[in-house]
Amino acid sequence: MNGIRSSYVYRRAVDRAVRAACVLAAVIALVPLFLVLYYVAVRGIRGLNWAFFTELPKPVGEEGGGAANAIVGSIELVGLACLFGIPLGVLAGVFLAEFGQSSFGRVVRFAADVMAGVPSVTIGIFIYALVVLRTKQFSAYAGGLALAVIMLPTVTRTTEELLKLVPEALREAALGLGVPQWRTTLWVMLRTAAPGVATGIMLAVARVAGETAPLLFTSFNNRFWARGLNEPIASLPVQIYTYAVSPYEDWHRQAWAAALVLVSLVLFLNVAARVLVRNRVGSR
Amino acid sequence: MMGYSSAPIGAREDSEKEVINRQAQSPAALLERQREEVSTANVKMRAGDLRAFFGKAEVIKGISLPFPENKVTAIIGPSGCGKSTFIRCLNRMHEVVPGARAAGEVLLDTDDIYAMDPVRLRRRVGMVFQKPNPFPTMSIRGNVLAGLKLNGIRPDDPDGLAEKTLRQVALWDEVKDGLGRSGMSLSGGQQQRLCIARTLAMEPEVILMDEPCSALDPIATARVEELIHELQKQYTIVIVTHNMQQAARVAQYTAFFYMGELVEHDETNVIFTRPAQARTEDYITGRFG
Repeated sequence: MNGIRSSYVYRRAVDRAVRAACVLAAVIALVPLFLVLYYVAVRGIRGLNWAFFTELPKPVGEEGGGAANAIVGSIELVGLACLFGIPLGVLAGVFLAEFGQSSFGRVVRFAADVMAGVPSVTIGIFIYALVVLRTKQFSAYAGGLALAVIMLPTVTRTTEELLKLVPEALREAALGLGVPQWRTTLWVMLRTAAPGVATGIMLAVARVAGETAPLLFTSFNNRFWARGLNEPIASLPVQIYTYAVSPYEDWHRQAWAAALVLVSLVLFLNVAARVLVRNRVGSR
Repeated sequence: MMGYSSAPIGAREDSEKEVINRQAQSPAALLERQREEVSTANVKMRAGDLRAFFGKAEVIKGISLPFPENKVTAIIGPSGCGKSTFIRCLNRMHEVVPGARAAGEVLLDTDDIYAMDPVRLRRRVGMVFQKPNPFPTMSIRGNVLAGLKLNGIRPDDPDGLAEKTLRQVALWDEVKDGLGRSGMSLSGGQQQRLCIARTLAMEPEVILMDEPCSALDPIATARVEELIHELQKQYTIVIVTHNMQQAARVAQYTAFFYMGELVEHDETNVIFTRPAQARTEDYITGRFG
């Protein structure tokens, strides 16, 4: 009797200790995230004002000015990345899901997985050698291309995985109605997987929106409005980097503000993606 | 002996002698006789020495079977006997599975379906599957018109067509106030009737049904069976079923498959009352399968 009781007390103690350890670990893991958000929010808000969103950077030595060109530039770069990356990634994902059992399919899948692990600096150098050196100038195109290459494996593999989740019965239903295979794939399989694919794309976009390294030697930077996509263009991550390593107090202030804008953008995309998923599950 | 007295089998006034005579016939002679019989009837579709393979395994071993026009033909047999594979050969859905192929001949009217474009064939030979499979991204109305829409065909009067086909499957009154709802919001039986409506909207000539009631409760099953009864006026129907009472209720002709071979094919009441083959009798009386 006493033995049972003491072993019960012992097990309860162990249970509590392990549970406490887990909670502690979770809290420690979350601390950096909240500290980053807190710091960026507190310090960024001080730098935010109307001019930040509407004005160009002031010449060195002058106070004030904004990062309007960097905000627009980031949006343009991410837009270009989507333009190149989404159609290619989705189609590659369709290929893998529909015909990926061949040995070529396995090679493509393996390549995509390897590419997902390549450091983004390397991809920047790759585009630098491939595009920037040949065209002899930094450009928004090169930057967009670098971001697209980073997006590609994520979009491809998400599309494949989500297409594989669509029940085969739907394919048979469509084929049984005399619908050609390509229409079945596009309008039944891909359409059914669309919310999930959209989520994957949004997460990929959120990731590349914050990439700095590949932009440093592809789109470079620009203190003015870019007059075209074949010119160097400003972007939020590169602007943050440039301002943060500068010696000027006012630039530090603006770097924090730019960081806040960037984090808000990425957070918004993430939350939007998650809401999309929840609505999809809820409608079932 | 048969245990199917509740099933509406039409009594046939054959003499004892003819029954004995029929049972004495060899399978080959019987098939020959059947072939003659139906060659005079209006045959809508006909399989000739049809073989089907999954990789190297032969799962249909040379089956010849006619499908008379505006009649229901049931295919029965134990699990794994190749019933489903067989009807999937009739609209070339069999070959969609990787590694699967078919050999032999299937005629639709006078056209060899294996010389046709499978897409065109499947518009003439529609299919209803075992589990209801409405398109989850489409409304009820969208599901009915899905075959046309996915093929890029714009009907002149989509609403009229949707109403007509939903009335045909006796679903109109249940869904007319919510045509925009998701097809997935319906009950299993309603979903299956929706899937039949979707097939009808393509105006096929033949409808293949692969165990259409196996996922449904008895009430929903009864409704689908009534529907099959109605549909045979306009369509030629081939139905695979595990349920022998169902075959007896809905089909004029029944074929018994065993291990990828056709054991017996005859009018339904003959199969269920005086089967020529001992194996058929063993199966329908529940001695195996």
